[in-house]
Amino acid sequence: MADSTFKLTVVSPERLVVSAEVEEAQVPGKNGYLGILPGHAPMMTELDIGELSYRQGDRTGYLAVTWGYCEVLSDQVIVLAERAERAEEVDRERAQAAMERARKRLSNLQDPEIDFLRARISLQRALIRVQVSQRPGGSG
Amino acid sequence: MPNVLDIRRRIRSVRNTQQITKAMKMVSAAKLRRAQEAILRARPYAGRILDVVRSLMARSEIRRHPLLEEREEKSIQLVVVTADKGLCGAFNANIVKAAEGFIREKGDQSLDLFCVGRKGLDYFGKRSTPIRHEQVNLFQRIGYGHAREITGKLVSQFLSGERDAVYLLYNEFKSVIQQRIVVERLLPIPAIALAPDQSPVDYIYEQPAAEILNTLMPRHVEVQVFRALLESSAAEHGARMTAMDAATNNAVEMIESLTLTMNRARQAGITKEIIEVVSGAAALT
Repeated sequence: MADSTFKLTVVSPERLVVSAEVEEAQVPGKNGYLGILPGHAPMMTELDIGELSYRQGDRTGYLAVTWGYCEVLSDQVIVLAERAERAEEVDRERAQAAMERARKRLSNLQDPEIDFLRARISLQRALIRVQVSQRPGGSG
Repeated sequence: MPNVLDIRRRIRSVRNTQQITKAMKMVSAAKLRRAQEAILRARPYAGRILDVVRSLMARSEIRRHPLLEEREEKSIQLVVVTADKGLCGAFNANIVKAAEGFIREKGDQSLDLFCVGRKGLDYFGKRSTPIRHEQVNLFQRIGYGHAREITGKLVSQFLSGERDAVYLLYNEFKSVIQQRIVVERLLPIPAIALAPDQSPVDYIYEQPAAEILNTLMPRHVEVQVFRALLESSAAEHGARMTAMDAATNNAVEMIESLTLTMNRARQAGITKEIIEVVSGAAALT
C-alpha cells in the first residue's frame, strides 16, 4: 500500500457525483465521522446525514450527503448516498428556508399534527446543507 | 368531382398536422436522449447496491430476511407502469393487454393494482379490478423520490402480511423502435446469488451486518422500481418518436395523393369550361 491516493466514488441513485483520486476522505458514519487514508482495511458502514469531505493535494471538496453506505476496499472507497450534493450545487437560500421551517415546526411541539422525527431530520439536513454551502467553492 | 377548394383546405389541414407530429417527434428524440442518459447515470448506484447485497447475502448467518420470505401467493399486488400521455403508438395498449393477461392468469387469487401513470389508471378505473394505489403525472420529471414513495407502500403491505407477492409490469427500453414488456417479481425478493467471478470481501462492519442488510434490502427494491420507471420513460419516448415519425410520413403521402386529386379536379374543371365555351360558340353559328 505504497500508494498515497485512493479512488473515491460517490454515487447517488440519479447520478455519479464524484469520481476522483484523493489522498484523504472524511465520511459521516452512523457512529461518528470517519477519516479514511490510503490502505484502510476493507470496511462497510452506514452513513448518517452529514458532510463528506475529501482532499486532493491542497484542494478540499465538500459534499452534503443524506444517508447511504460507505464501502472501503483496498484501493477504493465507494459511497452510495441516497442524496449527495456538491458544495457549489447547494441552493443556500432554499436550505436556509428549509431550516427556518423545520425550526418553527420543532418549536411547536404540542401540535400533534407535527411529526417530530421528520422535522428533526429535515432540520439536520438543512443545517448540513447550509454548512456545506459556506465552504470554499460553495454558493455562500 | 370533388371541389378544388375543399381539397385545398384539406391539404392545409394535413400539413398542419404534419408540422405538429414532426415537432413532437423532435421533442421525443430530445427527451429520449435525456431518458437514456438518466438510465446510464442510475446504473453505477444500482450495480453497487447489488454488489453489496450479494456480498452480505453470501455470509450464511444472514440469509433470512423478512423481504425474502416466500409465502403462498394468496393475495397479489400488480404494479402497472404506463405512460401519462398517449400518442405513442401501441405503448400503453400493450402494457394494459399484458396486465389483463396477468390478471386472468392469477384469476383465483385476490389481486389489486398499483397504477403508475395516468393511462393505466384511465383504463383500469373503468374495470372491475380494484385499484389500491395510484401515482400519476410523474413522468415529466422522474426522481428517486417517486421510487421511494412507491416502494414504501409496497414494502409495508408486504411486511404486514396483507400482500404475499408484488409483481411489477413495465415496458423495457430495448431500442428506439422496440420495447419489451417485462413482468418481474419484486417481492419477495428473488434469491440473489453471488456472481461467479465475485468472492465475498471480508469487511469490518461498523454496524452488525444484519442491521445493514435491514436497511439495504428496501433500498435494493427501490432501485429496481426506479430502474423500471426510467426504462419505461425511455421506452415511452422511443415509442412516441417512432409513432410520430410514421405519422409524419403518412401525412407526406396523404398530401401527395391529395395534391394529385386536386390537380385532376382542377384540370377537369378547366376542360369542362372549355367545352362549354366551345359548344356555346358552336350553338351561335
